[in-house]
Amino acid sequence: MTKVLTVEDLTISFGTGDSELTVVHKVNFTLEAGKTLALVGESGSGKSVTSLGIMRLLSPSQSRVQGKIVLHSDEDIDLLSLSESRMRRLRGDRIAMIFQEPLTSLNPVYTIGDQIIEAIRSHRRMSKRNARQRAIELIDQVGIPDAEHRLGTYPHELSGGMRQRIMIAIALALEPDILIADEPTTALDVTVQAQILELLNRLQEETGMAMLFITHDFGVVADIADRTIVMYAGEMVEEGSTETVLERPLMPYTSGLMRAVPKLETAGLKEGDLESIEGFVPHPDNRPTGCSFHPRCTHALAGTCDVPPVPIEDAGDGHLVRCKRWKTLQEAAE
Amino acid sequence: MARFILHRLGHSLLLLFLVSLIGYTILHLAPGGPLSQYALSPGMTQAELNQIAERMGLNRPIPIQYLDWFTSFLVGDWGESFRDGRPVLSVISGHLFATVLLVVSSSVISIGLGTLVGVLGATRRYSAWDYIATVGAMIALSIPTFWFGLVAIYVFSLQLDWFPSGNMYSIGDESFLDYAHHLVMPSVVLALVSVAIWSRYMRSAMLDVIGQDFVRTARAKGLTGQRVLYRHVVRNALIPMITLAGIQLPMLLSGALVTETVFTWPGIGRLFLDSLGYNDYPVIMGVLMFTAIFVLLGNLIADILVATVDPRVRLE
Amino acid sequence: MAAATEQIQTNSKLRFFESRTLRRFVRHRLAITGLVMIVGIGILCVVGPWLLPHDMLDINIRDRFSPPLTDTFIMGTDEMGRDLAARLFMAGRVSLMVGIAAMILSTLIGTVIGLVAGYFGKVTGTVLMRLTDSFLCFPQIFLLLTLAAFLEPNAFMITLIIAVTSWMEVARIVSAEIRSLRERDFITAARISGASHRWIMFRELLPNTIGPIIVAATLTIAKAILLEAYVSFLGYGIQPPMPSWGNMLNNAQQFLDTAPWLAIIPGIAITAAVTSFNFIGDGLRDALDARSDAQ
Repeated sequence: MTKVLTVEDLTISFGTGDSELTVVHKVNFTLEAGKTLALVGESGSGKSVTSLGIMRLLSPSQSRVQGKIVLHSDEDIDLLSLSESRMRRLRGDRIAMIFQEPLTSLNPVYTIGDQIIEAIRSHRRMSKRNARQRAIELIDQVGIPDAEHRLGTYPHELSGGMRQRIMIAIALALEPDILIADEPTTALDVTVQAQILELLNRLQEETGMAMLFITHDFGVVADIADRTIVMYAGEMVEEGSTETVLERPLMPYTSGLMRAVPKLETAGLKEGDLESIEGFVPHPDNRPTGCSFHPRCTHALAGTCDVPPVPIEDAGDGHLVRCKRWKTLQEAAE
Repeated sequence: MARFILHRLGHSLLLLFLVSLIGYTILHLAPGGPLSQYALSPGMTQAELNQIAERMGLNRPIPIQYLDWFTSFLVGDWGESFRDGRPVLSVISGHLFATVLLVVSSSVISIGLGTLVGVLGATRRYSAWDYIATVGAMIALSIPTFWFGLVAIYVFSLQLDWFPSGNMYSIGDESFLDYAHHLVMPSVVLALVSVAIWSRYMRSAMLDVIGQDFVRTARAKGLTGQRVLYRHVVRNALIPMITLAGIQLPMLLSGALVTETVFTWPGIGRLFLDSLGYNDYPVIMGVLMFTAIFVLLGNLIADILVATVDPRVRLE
Repeated sequence: MAAATEQIQTNSKLRFFESRTLRRFVRHRLAITGLVMIVGIGILCVVGPWLLPHDMLDINIRDRFSPPLTDTFIMGTDEMGRDLAARLFMAGRVSLMVGIAAMILSTLIGTVIGLVAGYFGKVTGTVLMRLTDSFLCFPQIFLLLTLAAFLEPNAFMITLIIAVTSWMEVARIVSAEIRSLRERDFITAARISGASHRWIMFRELLPNTIGPIIVAATLTIAKAILLEAYVSFLGYGIQPPMPSWGNMLNNAQQFLDTAPWLAIIPGIAITAAVTSFNFIGDGLRDALDARSDAQ
């Protein structure tokens, strides 16, 4: 296994002074070549901000990113200490990103070809003709037929799924080490969703890139991720191999989230098995003391769960959990 | 595209028809209506007037009269000036160059400067610069153009003697530089209000675009800040500005009339005011209709331009 | 039923007066600046002429072209030796009155046309909106001057003409608002319950568009004051001896070299008054826009 990215104690806050809000708190993980890590959580859990923080796409005047984000290429590079111009050269080249909204993520006034070629030529000295050739290859690679013809089409002439494929083509244009995918299938129909996931899996096998996959959907996680991190209110609350996390979730939030996902397998079950978690993710300026999840947790115990600190603990085999009662709850379950 | 242009053309023709209705109504508001030119001549009796009315077909039903007027209007027969008997259209075209020169040069200033101020305001949002530009634009909008012209003449002609206080050229010179020298003050004065409006709209169009997903994509692709700004943000923000340029045309022409008056500039506005002074109704009506058609054409061109730069519009 | 829906709507009717909107307005520095300025100008115009030692019609040939701060002529005198300050304040009364009256009238016209066009959609609406569009094709000054030249140019007529040529923007705003409101649930409810068109238009729809109308109306005062100034400057507006800020500038150009204050002072008055209304309008727009809370 080759590490390509290490994130250490990543902390992201917005605003300044008294109104500073910490939305991501001490997040740690590594990305490995050819492997996919999923960041799972509800909206407001800080998962998208984490990805934008890694890309350094957050406005420097409105946000503060602390910690270390080390890219392991020929040498180790801490992205947070790079100048903007050096970071720009890595962006789209070594680390690429695709987004949730394929319908609006492409510039409506340029052709598909223009937008792919622009990405290539802003990083490589390449003739227009060669870049065009490369663009055709890419369109072909993401499974769009009649690639040469597609170069001249405008985004609005394509469906959402097609546009997401184009976004993937742009992201893969320079064969990045890392692809960050921020809910790339959320806005798509279920069938198209499956096609895109399949495409991403295939492309990862072909290129050996590492993938950071952000989603709120455990169904998607099962299809794509090797490892999974569950985030809640800006903190990692559980981490482990996808198999372990899905089969043996230790944090009540994780199991709650999984029960909230309608799945084919649960379709036959009686009513009541599909449940939602009461309440909402707390706003960063109003974080509960102790475990952030305890006000919504059915297992919360006064005097335990509302007392800080709540450390993240190793439950064996690299399965990490941030819950004071995980042992008790596990024993009760068995 | 052809269908789109046809559609817009149809729309413009419908508006032209409505514009002509309004024009015809105003024409009949004139004391004495189309007869006024004869009513004013000395020694005219009522019997003679009635005779003329009959000859002009004024005793026919109003819709027939309107159709008659509109058809001759369409074929370019806009009547003759009371002052010198020349056809109205040729009187107007004699003054067209001066107005077009003024309007075009002032548009260049206002679009250039307004875009720059708007882009800077949007990229440095909430900065002191942005605040000054915002307040400055609101004050600029509130300054009467003619007064700004008077102040400019006082400062730059009378006190500093940098620019001539009026006219389009000096008699006996008429070189390109001489025209340019005369053009500076009027075009800057006329541009003031447009710069203010243009910069405000440009700023908000920029802010709309900056927040869009494709700008984030452009940055994620690793494009330079400059390239993101100009190729993706400014380029897209300029599309609604084309429409705005069309919408602003009537205001620009109103401003041109006032500016031409202050700087004794021999354009359409001056012609119009002089004709008002002489009760030269055919020319007054002609200029009024001419400006409306000018505006209609400007908007049509703006619509077509938008369609050529924004691929989404063509489909609709 | 109609009464019940009205009850629900009362809340949004009073949106403007809700404390949040009011608070946003009060916090808007420009708006408050504008408000203070225009109240000041208003008071000066009302009280000013009584405080000054000169009547605006007093001709003092010996004191012709006195520059500002000569004896008791704080703003100097004009070509006939009349006190500029006295004339400026009296002119202010005329200009502000014309501006406000024209605003009321054009807002009324625009609101009714916009309401009918928006509510009845289809043929009526299309015809009315095309008519609005075609009015917008004429440059306003040209239209104003034509009408002014054909009609008796007195203060009432000028007000009327300004209103007749500036209702289009309000009409567009109102009809767009109405069209988006028309399909909303409470309107459907009122329609099903058998409320009359007039009831729905004036009791249900209109109160919900009051915010944008107030903003547009404030900005219309600014425009109307400017228009009066343009037309009067060009000699087709308010006629002497009645002074207005516009006609005070009418003769000023020929004395620009010798008596620049004759041009400068009334222009500052116009700019100040128009700026105030533009500031207030901007503040109202921000205050009525709930999104501005986020910033």
